[in-house]
Amino acid sequence: MAVTLSEAAARHITKFLAKRGKGIGVRLGVKTTGCSGMAYKLEYADESETDDLVFESQGLKVMVDPKSLPYIDGTELDFVREGLNEGFKFNNPNVKNECGCGESFNV
Amino acid sequence: MALLQLSEPGETPDPHQQRFAVGIDLGTTNSLVATVRHSIPECLAGDGCGVILPSVVRYQRDGKTIVGQEALAAQAADPRNTIASVKRLMGRGLADTDAGMRARYDLVDTGGMVRINTVAGPRTPVEVSSEILRVLRERAEATLGDELVGAVITVPAYFDDAQRQATKDAARVAGLNVLRLLNEPTAAAIAYGLDEAAEGIYAVYDLGGGTFDFSILRLSRGVFEVMATSGDSSLGGDDFDEALADWMHRQASGVDLDCSKSRALLVEARRVKEALTTHPEVIARVPVAADGLRELKVGLADFQQLTRELVERTLLPVRKALRDAALKVDEIQAVVMVGGATRMPHVRTAVAQLFGREPFTEIDPEKVVAIGAAIQANVLAGNRRPGEDWLLLDVIPLSLGLEMMGGLTEKIIPRNSTIPVAKAQEFTTYKDGQTAMAIHVLQGERELVQDCRSLARFELRGIPPMPAGGARIRVTFQVDADGLLSVSAREQTTGVESNVTVKPSYGLSDDEIAGMLKSGFEHASEDMQARALREQQVEAERLLEATRQALNEDAALLEADELLLVESAMSRLQQLATGTDHLAIKTGIDALSAQTGELAARRMDKAIRQALTGSRVDNLPI
Repeated sequence: MAVTLSEAAARHITKFLAKRGKGIGVRLGVKTTGCSGMAYKLEYADESETDDLVFESQGLKVMVDPKSLPYIDGTELDFVREGLNEGFKFNNPNVKNECGCGESFNV
Repeated sequence: MALLQLSEPGETPDPHQQRFAVGIDLGTTNSLVATVRHSIPECLAGDGCGVILPSVVRYQRDGKTIVGQEALAAQAADPRNTIASVKRLMGRGLADTDAGMRARYDLVDTGGMVRINTVAGPRTPVEVSSEILRVLRERAEATLGDELVGAVITVPAYFDDAQRQATKDAARVAGLNVLRLLNEPTAAAIAYGLDEAAEGIYAVYDLGGGTFDFSILRLSRGVFEVMATSGDSSLGGDDFDEALADWMHRQASGVDLDCSKSRALLVEARRVKEALTTHPEVIARVPVAADGLRELKVGLADFQQLTRELVERTLLPVRKALRDAALKVDEIQAVVMVGGATRMPHVRTAVAQLFGREPFTEIDPEKVVAIGAAIQANVLAGNRRPGEDWLLLDVIPLSLGLEMMGGLTEKIIPRNSTIPVAKAQEFTTYKDGQTAMAIHVLQGERELVQDCRSLARFELRGIPPMPAGGARIRVTFQVDADGLLSVSAREQTTGVESNVTVKPSYGLSDDEIAGMLKSGFEHASEDMQARALREQQVEAERLLEATRQALNEDAALLEADELLLVESAMSRLQQLATGTDHLAIKTGIDALSAQTGELAARRMDKAIRQALTGSRVDNLPI
């Protein structure tokens, strides 16, 4: 059971946390909404909740709430650049299909 | 694939709901566009150039228009058709324009706003500004990979209605939706987070390229009120360039220069001025009439001596504004520096001396207005950050949602959302000819309706009969500052509406809420299975219903053996749907879909034949 960060994702998260000036890591999760069932949640984490599962990856803390874990277990979070646009991408082995844009998915 | 952004805790947008908005500083000399990504405001760079777009537009004979650095470079070569400082002409008639602009360009009086004659024909200042805004809009869309919901555009605090309206018109011509015009000093104060700071009185000293603007703001309850503004709309960094250019010209030759040479002189003076911010001495290459260039040593002391009077001129409006607001300098809690010209060390020193405190300069003074505008745009677009919402009173303890087909809950407002909050989602009908919809409002974290708390039920009636999936019903959940939930449903085409009001946390103790949360966590994996099963069951039921409907109407289109195959796939799926294996149901759905593919194709052919028979080609509604 683990959720990990790619080297690029970790580098950018470290940079963003420094610019933001607070936060102990990131929180990954899912929301049950979206055109194809589920949607990802990607947020700064300021504190860890009592029920959280906390993973260490590339020296950063990754918080996942227990309800989300079954959907994203084994995921690697990556940071990619597409032209002028750049952002994070979930490489999630649980995904069966996703909507065209990849913003929501199904397991 | 859409790339995701890091959000503040509890603020992840719904899919396709991330709303990008930008802040634009439409300056006299330079313009910038900024946005908030990963919750951090930043200026956006163009492809292969920096974040700063010179506010210069060049019109060419072939009808092409060039904006920015390339236009600025052509300024010396083609001065009459290269329009700089167009902001000075916004909303102005010929009589109101300053002499400098009249000398540089071929301005035409047309009764209303002045026009500028160019090789491409006469252009209004609104059109020229819209070219700049268009480049910034395209830059933002390329960077964000999405359409913009709108922009906050900054204007000087002293801009009158005509100038503000002209700015809005320019944005509309450029295809931008203006969320708000924001006063430049307020934007700068927002960038420094002063809106989240203690209440108090702040001053903004903005020495831009072409305008000087001084404002005194009072912050109370998160709202900025402009107490006094003053300034000089014809004083800015450009004047420092001109003073230096004049001096360099006198030192070097003193002979009259032609139009393009004097433009080149001005460009060189600007370079020297900027270099003097970090160097005590700079070698200027001054264009002279007869023999090209002459080198000239310019010291920082020379430049400061030369422009002392200009700096003094900025302090007059500062004192006037303080007098107008009946304030003493020690009542000002902080001074924010804005505009590239405030990088000049002697400007900073003069301001620090007058106020007896060091001004704020940590944020790049050229970017600070755009950054503040971006923060404001982000709030207005609905991507609210905790703490930015001055009405922030509380959060809702448990998610609020409604019942979907198959006994699943759809969460509309997730728990921990700050109130007041309003969210809307569109739903549709499940059966052909469905004219009513039951809305069941639920509270809780579980996936199945039976595990959540029922808050209210109501019905929306009067939906016009349509095929399944045709109706568009917008359900809006709104929790006000007192925690009252009102839910309304509205059919979008007819406008029929129905609603209910409840108090969600009524009757629940803290322990009960904690218990409901805990059970949500404990049943995560079980809920996931249950949700997958219900989803497949709903999908199976929907497909069976659609197939039955199709066979009722068009069973004749199938051969007897084909019909048999469809019917056996149907009964197989019907049987699977009563089981608990969601993967098996999925297989059954796929099998039935495959069997009905041919039927669907023939039905389509038939429908097209019916639509086309007896129609002339040119009467078809194509």
